[in-house]
Amino acid sequence: MREQQCDYVLKTASERGVRMVRLWFTDVLGNLKSFAISHNELENALNDGMTFDGSSIDGFSRIQESDVLAIPDPDTFQILPLGDKGAAEARVFCDIHHLDGTPFTGDPRQVLRRHVEAARNEGLTFYVAPDIEFFYFNTPQTGERPIPLDNGGYFDLTTRDVTGDLRKQTIRTLEQIGIPVEYSFHEDSPSQQEIDLRHDDALTMADSVMTFRLIVREVAAAHGVYATFMPKPLEGVQGSGMHTHLSLFAGDDNAFYDEDDAYNLSPLAKSFMAGLLHHAAEITAITNPTVNSYKRLVPGFEAPVHLSWARNNRSGLIRVPIAKRGNPLATRLEYRSPDPSCNPYLAFSLMLAAGLKGVREGYELPVEADANLFELDDNALTKLGIGQLPQSLAEALRAMEQSELVREALGEHIFEWFLRNKRREWMDYKTHVSQFEIDRYLGTL
Amino acid sequence: MTQAESGTILVVGDPISAELARTLDLCGRTWHGMCFNDDPSGVEPTDGWVGAIIDLSNDPESGWSVARGLRRSDRDPVRTLILVSGGQLAELSHRDDLFDDFCLTPFHPSEIEARLNHLLATAGPIATRSEVVLYENLALNLETYQASVSDRPLDLTYMEYELLKFLVQNPGKVFSREMLLSRVWGYDYYGGARTVDVHVRRLRAKLGEEHADLIQTVRSVGYRFGHLRWRA
Repeated sequence: MREQQCDYVLKTASERGVRMVRLWFTDVLGNLKSFAISHNELENALNDGMTFDGSSIDGFSRIQESDVLAIPDPDTFQILPLGDKGAAEARVFCDIHHLDGTPFTGDPRQVLRRHVEAARNEGLTFYVAPDIEFFYFNTPQTGERPIPLDNGGYFDLTTRDVTGDLRKQTIRTLEQIGIPVEYSFHEDSPSQQEIDLRHDDALTMADSVMTFRLIVREVAAAHGVYATFMPKPLEGVQGSGMHTHLSLFAGDDNAFYDEDDAYNLSPLAKSFMAGLLHHAAEITAITNPTVNSYKRLVPGFEAPVHLSWARNNRSGLIRVPIAKRGNPLATRLEYRSPDPSCNPYLAFSLMLAAGLKGVREGYELPVEADANLFELDDNALTKLGIGQLPQSLAEALRAMEQSELVREALGEHIFEWFLRNKRREWMDYKTHVSQFEIDRYLGTL
Repeated sequence: MTQAESGTILVVGDPISAELARTLDLCGRTWHGMCFNDDPSGVEPTDGWVGAIIDLSNDPESGWSVARGLRRSDRDPVRTLILVSGGQLAELSHRDDLFDDFCLTPFHPSEIEARLNHLLATAGPIATRSEVVLYENLALNLETYQASVSDRPLDLTYMEYELLKFLVQNPGKVFSREMLLSRVWGYDYYGGARTVDVHVRRLRAKLGEEHADLIQTVRSVGYRFGHLRWRA
């Protein structure tokens, strides 16, 4: 198969006049990294990979073993409709290996690949569909607050719909490169957008999320504005989440579906959900990795705060959407805490690992929380046995640090590096004196 | 003796029946036997295989995967004779590009000999099929792997291209997801019929709104390529 794929890639590159091929991979923090090779090098790269110095990539090698090998995944070779007309460019995602050919433990794509393959060995395919929110802003001067392009709200069709045009062009570009969009609309906050991607297998989807973030930014930049996936850029309005719809297929059948169950959920779906709930706090540092992420996870803005699940209750952490026409294939869980600043490879890996742990060990699903949880006080919640998501990056890191599940799922290398890096981020934040404090305390204390 | 008569034939089966081995020896053929899991490239003679016989009767999945390997596009395809049992004839449908002739098992030794003689006597480059397949505004160049719709190039990944190629070559026919999976991906692909849906969506997205309906969903059956034309 690989041989045929490589042949296809080489012929396509030469037929379409591709002069530059971008080799893409992702660092531990979820930043897209790229280096370009000329088309003449492509065959060589496909056969033997390309060596590069990984020591300056976040979360990659230590200095003494700095060289790593990027091996292109020919199935992801895609011509990009960006850049100059007439000079076609292509991208290909790479898996990072040690020079001896073994998978490199600092590569997030290899981590997800390992989890997807483990599920596959149990006969399961993991499908994922994220709903990605983001904001458009006018480019501010340094130090200024971001300025929204409009004051539209949920589903609004604004009169001079600048953001609508941007969204439309973004979607056209996404579809052209094989990222199908299910829905798109103006979200609740000023110039906030949501684009919902159609489900795909987790590895392809993680690649698509990386491509998506680039395309959204590129299209915005081409129109002189900028797009941000920062979880909470504006105070007092909703932030941006990445609600993620999850399902497991056993061959052609949805393993989450059970016709006879009152919720149409199989025992496997229930213990998967129990696993997610049980380990949610531990994986939050990965699904919500920034200081700012926790300003989104507060009551009152449709973001989850409590470790609970329900069918049609959007205040819980996991929602079980009611499938259209009771379609068995559409039965799924919606995990609502992640935000679009996360590393999708690591986030999908941990959602799968937490869910499968629940399945393997037969976790019991807590009762559905159908009351509106935001209206209950802490006592009432404790009585219901409902805990909370971490309230800050520091809390999330503490929960992660104690988690055997996360340590095992990410591997020692990424686990240690991520904790070190994020603790530093927290320390930087902690020592910062904010405007809030100046306004509140300077005159009165 | 010509090269076609003297060259080595690749024989693949699990196991290779004693009957087949005897027949080949009796007609004086040089042949090399191999199991499905072996890699034929390691044992291939320097002047290449003169032909191949693949016995599907015990394991069609592995058999087709060997056949596919012999049709790689960067070399001349190896002329291939397929052995199937009477109950397996459906295996042959929509795989015409993977073999040149077939023979039913149990076979008569003289039939194998006759088919083999004919197959190898006509050796030389296999008559190539038309290199460009057209359907309305859609064009696929099988030689260069390039696809375009209304003269706009479609930038497809390899599997998207293979799926579109299969569909365009069989317009108007309804295929189940299972059929598409086995014919386009081959059996060695894991992932189930869902894989087909996902690739169809990506293809439709790339075809664009205007042409997305070229691939139609046939409810609770599968997919059909092309527009139905109603005639009075």
